[in-house]
Amino acid sequence: MRRPRLPRRRAGGRQRLTRGGHRMRLRDLLGEALAGVAARPSRLALTTLGTVLGIAALVATIGLGQTAAGQITERFDQVAATRVTVAPGETDGPDGEVALTQLPWDAPERMKRLAGVASAGTFATVDVAGDPVRGVPYGTQEQTVPVAAASAGLFEALGARLSGGRFFDEGHDERGDAVVVLGRYAADRLGINRVDSQPSIFIGDRAFTVIGILDAVDYRTELQDSVIMPMTTARELYGLEAPEVLEVRTDLGAAQLIGRQAPIAIDPNNPDLLDVNAPPAPGSLRDNVSADVNGLFLALGGLALLVGGLGIANVTLLSVLERVSEIGLRRAVGAGRSHVAGQFLIESGIVGFLGGLIGSTVGVLATVGVSVVRDWTPLLDIRLALVAPLLGGLIGLAAGAYPAWRASAIEPIAALRSG
Amino acid sequence: MTPPVVEMSGVGRVFAGPPRVEAVRDVDLTISQGEYLSIIGPSGSGKSTLLHLLGLLDRPSHGVYRLDGVDVSTLSERRRTRVRGERIGFVFQAFHLLPHRSVLENVELSMIYLRVPRRERTARAVATLERVGLGHRLDFDPITLSGGERQRVAIARALVAQPSLLLADEPTGNLDSGNAASVLALFDELHAEGLTLAVITHDDGVSGRAQRRVRIVDGVMADVEAEVVA
Ligand SMILES: Nc1ncnc2c1ncn2[C@@H]1O[C@H](COP(=O)(O)OP(=O)(O)OP(=O)(O)O)[C@@H](O)[C@H]1O
Ligand SMILES: [Mg+2]
Repeated sequence: MRRPRLPRRRAGGRQRLTRGGHRMRLRDLLGEALAGVAARPSRLALTTLGTVLGIAALVATIGLGQTAAGQITERFDQVAATRVTVAPGETDGPDGEVALTQLPWDAPERMKRLAGVASAGTFATVDVAGDPVRGVPYGTQEQTVPVAAASAGLFEALGARLSGGRFFDEGHDERGDAVVVLGRYAADRLGINRVDSQPSIFIGDRAFTVIGILDAVDYRTELQDSVIMPMTTARELYGLEAPEVLEVRTDLGAAQLIGRQAPIAIDPNNPDLLDVNAPPAPGSLRDNVSADVNGLFLALGGLALLVGGLGIANVTLLSVLERVSEIGLRRAVGAGRSHVAGQFLIESGIVGFLGGLIGSTVGVLATVGVSVVRDWTPLLDIRLALVAPLLGGLIGLAAGAYPAWRASAIEPIAALRSG
Repeated sequence: MTPPVVEMSGVGRVFAGPPRVEAVRDVDLTISQGEYLSIIGPSGSGKSTLLHLLGLLDRPSHGVYRLDGVDVSTLSERRRTRVRGERIGFVFQAFHLLPHRSVLENVELSMIYLRVPRRERTARAVATLERVGLGHRLDFDPITLSGGERQRVAIARALVAQPSLLLADEPTGNLDSGNAASVLALFDELHAEGLTLAVITHDDGVSGRAQRRVRIVDGVMADVEAEVVA
């Protein structure tokens, strides 16, 4: 049986009315706030909706961005990352004509001077004025085989491999020797499968010695169908005016830099007239892919979060007005203004956190769902899924600030009068 | 020798308005340890205002108020809140129980802001609820209780922090006569155990149970019919 305790008396004249410490335990404050939130479950669902949508949009956007970037990176192999091509561009001339630039013959040499260039070579198709291409013996079936010209460096720049023989070198090129390398399919059509006997082919009535047959190339697979002669040979015999394209193979990671330097090295006077094709940096590639989509979704997500925050603020304010008598009672049993403010602040923080938690889950599921449909490997920074609920909590706290302040300003006597 | 629980001299409360209202004027009031006092008076006479002053929910415009011998009229709000939580128990006409929280939690609430450890809180709340005859209602939602039961929960909540003074404002105002009688019987028992009580009412039947009655009219404490019972 309990006895009401007599007031504490202390020896000595001065008396103390309170027992030290004046802060409520944080755990109790949390407990009260949780109970306050849990007491109104149906309202909770509506209140969190905005935050759920906002966080879900953010997580899904970032998640899909990361996933898409991951797919690109996977396909983004080293070979593609080291290829730079330069072609003459066209601009409108002063009198309305189209001005064409030309690649200089020595473009490969100019490129070789740049640090970071592994190999460089030029390519052009050759107009043989309808001359037929024939294999040996002279007189076998005529073939329309395309004829191309290459500088000595082109083979290395394209990563070409031979099934037999050799490539022509700079010596052949400078002298304008009548030698050719055959593409694999061109060799088939011309009936040539060995080069050790130094076979010849004829273009029109000019004879060329076949010194090598291609097995494979990384790019410009049209070379496999062609008869390929040195640039100088094509220039002297067929009046080739200029190379069509310059192929450069760079060191790994140097492609973007070489892409910027190439036009100046090749045509210092009119660098703008050249069309340069360099691979984008891995980073810029990822940014490009996701930037346009992301911008929209992030904006929508941000808007939803703003609306969600306002929603929480609104409902918390409503709840403060509804619970005036509770506030009065708490003040009567010893709650200070800060306790009342703290409780409402934490309540709205909890609401925001729950919204963030649900939203984060929805966002992750959306990312996985889209990935499955599009046959992607879902990639998501796990920290994002963990940070998102905290973001929701922060939004809740911010949204609760004003209602909490209003609650703390309510006078206990006014609060107890009502209801 | 112990000082009286309440010692008010020249206490007044003016609401600046407009209109300016002198709700309580120059009250001198002493409540001794273990005394059972009732405060009567017509509606609007200032009873509730006086109770708010006694309970440190409000601050006198002038005068000196000593609680347990210490001047509390000049305390900071923070200190007043603290003293209120530890020394005063309130019982209201409207009960003011938290809905959707169990009877036990409602009673524990009185100790939460006083940093009483959880275990002790629960033990004391259970003991106090048993004391008021509600040991079988611990997990009920107050909404499901009768008016008399609700007021007994409120009394348990007021008692559990072991206050120096129990203040009740029309505690039977919302109750039928049977429930009112049981609440008053509880007050009698608590008084007999040594609790100091001040009960506001305009019901003579209620005020008649007290040891001493004071009347307040237009904020003035009319000289008490100092009929000492028992
Ligand atoms: N916050 C306030 N501002 C202005 N006037 C007030 C305020 N609180 C009370 N009053 C006035 O003070 C007077 C006393 O009010 P109080 O509530 O103390 O009366 P009461 O005796 O408790 O009445 P009842 O029996 O109806 O509860 C009333 O005239 C009331 O209008
Ligand atoms: Mg009143």
